Amino acid sequence: MPLRPTISFRVGVSYDVLSNRASTSGGAFLQCSNCKKIIFSVDFEQNLHVCPYCGHHHRLSARHRLAITVDADTFVEHDADLRSGDPLIFPDYPEKLSAAETKTGVHDAIVTGLAEIESLPVSIAVSDFSFMGGSMGSVNGEKITRTLERAAEKGIPAVIFCASGGARMQEGLLSLMQMAKTTAAVERCRDAGVPYISIFTDPTMAGVLASYASVADVILAEPKSLIGFAGARVSKQAGVSKVPDDFQTAEFVHSHGMLDRIVHRKEMRSTLATLVRILGSGARQKGSS
Amino acid sequence: MAKDHNEWERPLRELEENLQKLRELAKKEQDSDKRSSLSDRIQDFEARRDRYIDVMYSNLGPWEKVLVARAQKRPYTLDYIQALFNDFVELEGDRRFGADHAIVGGPATYDGRPVMVVGHQKGRNIQDRQYRNFGMAKPEGYRKAIRLFEMAERFRLPVITFVDTPAADPGVESESRGISEAIAASMLKMFELTVPTVSVIIGEGGSGGAIGIATSNRVLMLEHSVYSVIPPEGCAAILWRMPERGADAAKALKLTAQSALEYGLIDEIITEPKGGAHRDLVEVSQAVKASVDRHLEALLTLSPTAVKTDRYDKFRAMGNVLG
Repeated sequence: MPLRPTISFRVGVSYDVLSNRASTSGGAFLQCSNCKKIIFSVDFEQNLHVCPYCGHHHRLSARHRLAITVDADTFVEHDADLRSGDPLIFPDYPEKLSAAETKTGVHDAIVTGLAEIESLPVSIAVSDFSFMGGSMGSVNGEKITRTLERAAEKGIPAVIFCASGGARMQEGLLSLMQMAKTTAAVERCRDAGVPYISIFTDPTMAGVLASYASVADVILAEPKSLIGFAGARVSKQAGVSKVPDDFQTAEFVHSHGMLDRIVHRKEMRSTLATLVRILGSGARQKGSS
Repeated sequence: MAKDHNEWERPLRELEENLQKLRELAKKEQDSDKRSSLSDRIQDFEARRDRYIDVMYSNLGPWEKVLVARAQKRPYTLDYIQALFNDFVELEGDRRFGADHAIVGGPATYDGRPVMVVGHQKGRNIQDRQYRNFGMAKPEGYRKAIRLFEMAERFRLPVITFVDTPAADPGVESESRGISEAIAASMLKMFELTVPTVSVIIGEGGSGGAIGIATSNRVLMLEHSVYSVIPPEGCAAILWRMPERGADAAKALKLTAQSALEYGLIDEIITEPKGGAHRDLVEVSQAVKASVDRHLEALLTLSPTAVKTDRYDKFRAMGNVLG
């Protein structure tokens, strides 16, 4: 959803327009960028950044997502120091990287580590769309791969929240190879008999969708998320013109059998907990015997 | 900036056409003096053509490589299959939805050895191009490839794939039937294989559509083929909202075989005949064969487990990460 700057309420009360960073600093009111209704900040927070009127699931930062998903104080971050180089010396890439770092306070578009969900350990990765569109370059690919490898080594489920425009153009073929690398790591989980659950959030596109995201044991999605192979500008370039109204939405993808469930944000944690408990039971028994 | 290979090669083509006319004249000429003067001119033209080819092909820029890689005369997968394989039986069913003609494949013998061969296929004339969907496979194509890979594993056949696609098909049909899942599943299947796999990028290595059948133990590239995360025009459309700046994007994307080798993402560059693969199918086929043979021989000495590990380790090492 497009962002709008802070504006003044007619009766003089200042409020923030919802941003994808979901910051509510200051104002007591917000405006939903989807239905334009005014929401109490407190309600919005309590509702996990889902609009209480239209049900629009606003984008979350990786930190926020972790906070509402895993048990309090259980998240241990791994590989936080990995940074992107500029291997291709691509126009404006270093500038874009440092602008994104300043904006988000993280080194790349993904946060990974170990955590517990309802006291069950998981290896978890969460993409952050606000960092260069959550695009997958070498760092993203490496962190996803390590997340899956850690799951396989430790015999615990892997949980990956996707939010990405696709492979990162600025690292060229290196980014394409991250599709291969991350997909290969899924094979490691399968060999180890640990479940891998992937969650498509808004948006999950292109190179990420066409690699690790789509070969999970279970695929969940948040309502109305944009999910697709070719972005609008690329497919237009390829001559695709007429598309159905709900094209590339979670609902469209779900109705075509390409994902398992659309889950409301409020139910995501409990759904994950149940899946982790049941599908991860085999690996847990193997680990404890 | 030339838009396609035809336009780019026009001066050369005109020279070749004139050369052909001179040769025909010389053949008909009775007078021996005139014949010898014609043959002088022919030699002169040939020298000029060779110089042209030298100048045009010895220092191709990234965009020129894109044009050459897309050239309509460039040998396609079935040309290599015909030149290098025997007993090819094309298997066309994906057992799910339909027959996809942008990916071909089936068992064959290669040097007398049973193998599985899979590759993208483009068409040369209008009907053929439509039949092959311009080499853009839909989910069915990748699901057929998965079937063939599974069969290769079951019957212990080494796999050889030829990669040549602008991209996977991005249309509504493809989205409806899960093009992303099909590509990911195809890569995953290739990683499961314990039989050796070798891929050759023969023309366009177009992003997801290419990597879907290119996660092999060894990846080789023809000298003037390209391999890219996004078509240069698409990149230009996203970066600058100007698809016509494809040449600038091609340069920025470092999509040549030479760059891919430099970044350690492919194993070898296969030298093309002077003036490009389309000038001599026999020569380029033999070059492809020599390279594939060498890598296949080495892989065949590995145990099945080692083959799988080798492939994992190869892709595991790819990336440029600081810290």
